[in-house]
Parts: sequence; structure tokens; C-alpha cells
Amino acid sequence: MSEKAIISPLPGVFYRKPSPEEGNYVEEGQQVEAGDVIGLVEVMKNFHEIKAQERGTVESFLVENETVIDAGQEVAKLK
Amino acid sequence: MALIKKILIANRGEIALRIIKSCKKLGIETVAVYSDADQDLPFVQSADEAVNIGESQAQKSYLHMEKILQVAKIKNADAIHPGYGFLSENPNFPKKCEKEGLIFIGPDEKIIQAMGSKIHARNKMKEAGVPVLPGCEGIEDLDEAVKMAEELGYPLMLKASAGGGGMGMKVLQNKEDLEKAFNSTVQQAKNFFGDGSIYLEKLIENPHHIEVQLLSDHHGNTVHLYDRECSVQRRNQKVIEEGPSPFLSEAKRQEICETAVKGAVSIGYKNAGTMEFLVDENQNYYFLEMNTRLQVEHPVTEEVTGLDLVELQIKVAAGEKLPFTQEEVERKGHAVECRLYAEDPKTFFPSPGPLNTFKFPEDNTRLDFGYEEGDKVSPFYDPMLGKIITSGKDREEAIRNMEKALDGVTVEGITTNLPLLQQVMKDDEFVSGMYTTKLLQNMNDRREKVES
Repeated sequence: MSEKAIISPLPGVFYRKPSPEEGNYVEEGQQVEAGDVIGLVEVMKNFHEIKAQERGTVESFLVENETVIDAGQEVAKLK
Repeated sequence: MALIKKILIANRGEIALRIIKSCKKLGIETVAVYSDADQDLPFVQSADEAVNIGESQAQKSYLHMEKILQVAKIKNADAIHPGYGFLSENPNFPKKCEKEGLIFIGPDEKIIQAMGSKIHARNKMKEAGVPVLPGCEGIEDLDEAVKMAEELGYPLMLKASAGGGGMGMKVLQNKEDLEKAFNSTVQQAKNFFGDGSIYLEKLIENPHHIEVQLLSDHHGNTVHLYDRECSVQRRNQKVIEEGPSPFLSEAKRQEICETAVKGAVSIGYKNAGTMEFLVDENQNYYFLEMNTRLQVEHPVTEEVTGLDLVELQIKVAAGEKLPFTQEEVERKGHAVECRLYAEDPKTFFPSPGPLNTFKFPEDNTRLDFGYEEGDKVSPFYDPMLGKIITSGKDREEAIRNMEKALDGVTVEGITTNLPLLQQVMKDDEFVSGMYTTKLLQNMNDRREKVES
């Protein structure tokens, strides 16, 4: 199994949950399907969903909830 | 002015600069507050004093009341101007300002609170004799919603009471739509706005979005400064505004404006505010909401009336009487405003980045911008870069001047909606003046037809 990075195409603030009151979209170690939402990026008052590109297990998140990220930054590793 | 010698501006970008401009004219000192991302922007340089209030995320800077109030105290500001967005419609902000002995340049907490709840505002206006859309509120569950919807008749809008900016709204064509949307709308309203109450409202299929600029002092005087047409919208957000509305007859314009004054007087409104109406094809108008602050498109009114709205806001907040009566408000010619957004004109995808080239026409076009060439547009705030405002003796001339002005704009480094603005100015439906909020959608459909 090779590792794959999930990358944010946009700069902004990264969130792991749909809203402050809710739980995380996914936890580390969880199985995801292609197209599953793993986080949100808030950019210019818009929310953009970050999705897994393929099936796999989320090995680790590389950024915490509410971190400021750059375009092209890796947010999680999938294996 | 005795009371206000120094103003803290609790905002950023173009509106912060706009407020500084009026303060300079009045000889009032200004304090800017800024986040890490904004430290190099023109408004920071332009204010007499500037204080960093923290990290780039709005929650940690521009929305952080305590930090802002602390700066106001340390710098001995007499008043706070909230601009638009951020804390401008948060009722806790004027409340806290008052506690700290600061003048909040806007209406008081009670008015902001009353108008902040869509249901409450609707009821208040209904009592005042302002027409509201047929609808019903206080819906407890789906069964009740279905029953009420039958009575009102489809199509309907399902709305979150605490919603705003086009958030938390669903169009319902039939019972199935209602059943599908009900639970998720309640849930969304709870999540987003912390208030799960929803209501049903008649849907107007092809509405005009027309608003009235109001101004009230603390001596019982309320005037209107005429109307603005804001029907060029994408995702319920305005892109182009003009005044006066080309759609309304003069008699209807007068009637809407007087109705808006009546509504404002009934709630004891203070300072500048805007009453928004939906207008159907037969010029029937219905109260939509009231914005208890200065609006992005206030320059349209300034160009047509020759007044300085920020100056008037400050004077009213300082306890002065309005310097004119309704009869003395003059209206001349026509004005158009285009909002330049850092976004893709087709997908509306945001486009932050460096403004490598940022050039504008060098004539007397009014440009309200918060960025200059070489600045970086950060991803943290609204995608609006600023506004281009033109006027003329009539609508045709104002539009022609806008076409010329837009041709003189060059932006390199980021994507903007400039091509879209240029297309609208040349679009027959827009030029006819009979356009509705469907204009951008119609333009898109027409383009796709040509391309296929």
C-alpha cells in the first residue's frame, strides 16, 4: 500500500468538522471512499469541501482543526 | 463637533478607507484596527493611528469585541464606526460600547435585535402598515408546515428566521419539496444561526430587489434618500446596483419611499439604515428585511443626492439634528455601481493572490477600493476588492461612463469578475432597465445557447 496525500486546492482556514457543534468528518484510522468529505476550507467567506480522491484509510491529519493553510498544502495522508 | 473627536473603525479594506475619508473632512482623528493579514493595506497607512488586533481569521481579530473595545479605551476614542459586515449588526456590540461610554455609530441594541430576527421584523412592519409577503411562522413540525403550505399555495420559500445573506433558504414547488427540505432546514438553522425557528413565505417568481436608504436623527426626524435597484445578483449577493430604479414609476417610487419612512418611524429607528423590498412585475412591493447599518452600495445614493452618508451618520450619532428636511433632499441624474470581486466570473470560485497589476482609469470615476497595486488579497475575508461608481445626467450616460471606466481597469495576478461586469453593461436586458434578479442566470442561459 502506497501513501497518498490529500491536498487542499485552496488557501484558507481548514476545518475538520462541518460546524463547531458537530464531530469531525473523519477520524484517523477510519476507512473512506472516493468522494467522501474529510474537511472544509473557508476561503473568502465560502466553504469548500475537501474530499478523498480514492478509497483508503486516513493514516493521519497533517494540520489541526482551524489551521491556516496554503493552496496545494497536504492536509492528510491516506494509505 | 463637541462629542466626537476620535473614531475607531472596527472594519477593514475599502469601507475603512471610506470612513477615514469623511473623518478627515470633518477634522476627526481615526484609529484603525487591523489583522496580521492586513498590515500592509492602505487603510492601515491612511488612519492617524493603527493597532494590530491579532491573527488573520476574523474570529480572532475583526470579530473580537473585547480586543476592539480595549483598543478604543487605550486610544481614547469617543466613538466606534462598525462599517458593514463583521460586528455591524451584532446587538451585543452597541450594548458593550454603551457600557464602556463609547458612542456606537448606528442604531441601538434593541433596534438591531428587532430587525435581526426576520420573523420579528416582519411582524413589526406588518403592524406599521408596511406590506409583507403572505406567509406563516411559528411552525412546530412537518405536519403543520404541510397544512400551512396548502393554505398559502405553492411556490413557497422556506426560510430560517435568523438567516441572512441568502443562507438558510429553500424554494418549494410542491409538498414533496417541503418534505425533503424541512428537517435539513431546521437543522441548518440550528447549526448556522443557533436558532431553529423557520417560516414559510410566498415566493415571487421573478422579483426585483429594490431598497430605500433611510436616515434618522435623535430628534424624531426621519428622511428617505430615495431608492436603489439591486437586482443584479449571484447566489443572492449583489453585484451591480443603480439608482434610481429604472423599473419603478415615479408615483410608485414615492410610495415605496414613504412606506419605508413609515416603517422606520414606527420602530424609532436611529442613524442610517436600509429597507429592502421584493417587487413583483406589477410593482407590488413587500418588505424583505431591514439592514441596520451602512451598506456596500451607499455610494449610489451619494452620487445621486450629493450627500456624504458617513458624515451624516457621524453627525447624527453625535446628537446633531439632520441638516435638511425631506423636501430639501435633492435627486439628480443616475448612478451605477459595479462590485469588483476576486472570483471567477463563471464558477464564482474565489481567487486570492497578489495584485501584480491593478490599474484604473485616470479620470474622475469614483473608485472605492481597499487595495493598491502590489498588495496581496488574502483568503480570509470577503472576495470584494472594491467598487467602481459612475454617474450621468440620465441612466444611459451613467452606463456609458461605466463601460468606459471598466475598459480602463487592468488586473493581473488574480482572477476577477471584470469580464462579467463588462458583459452586463452591454446586455440588452440590463440596458432595457426591465431586468429582475434572474438577469445573471438569463445571461448565462443565453451564452450557453450561443455556444452550443
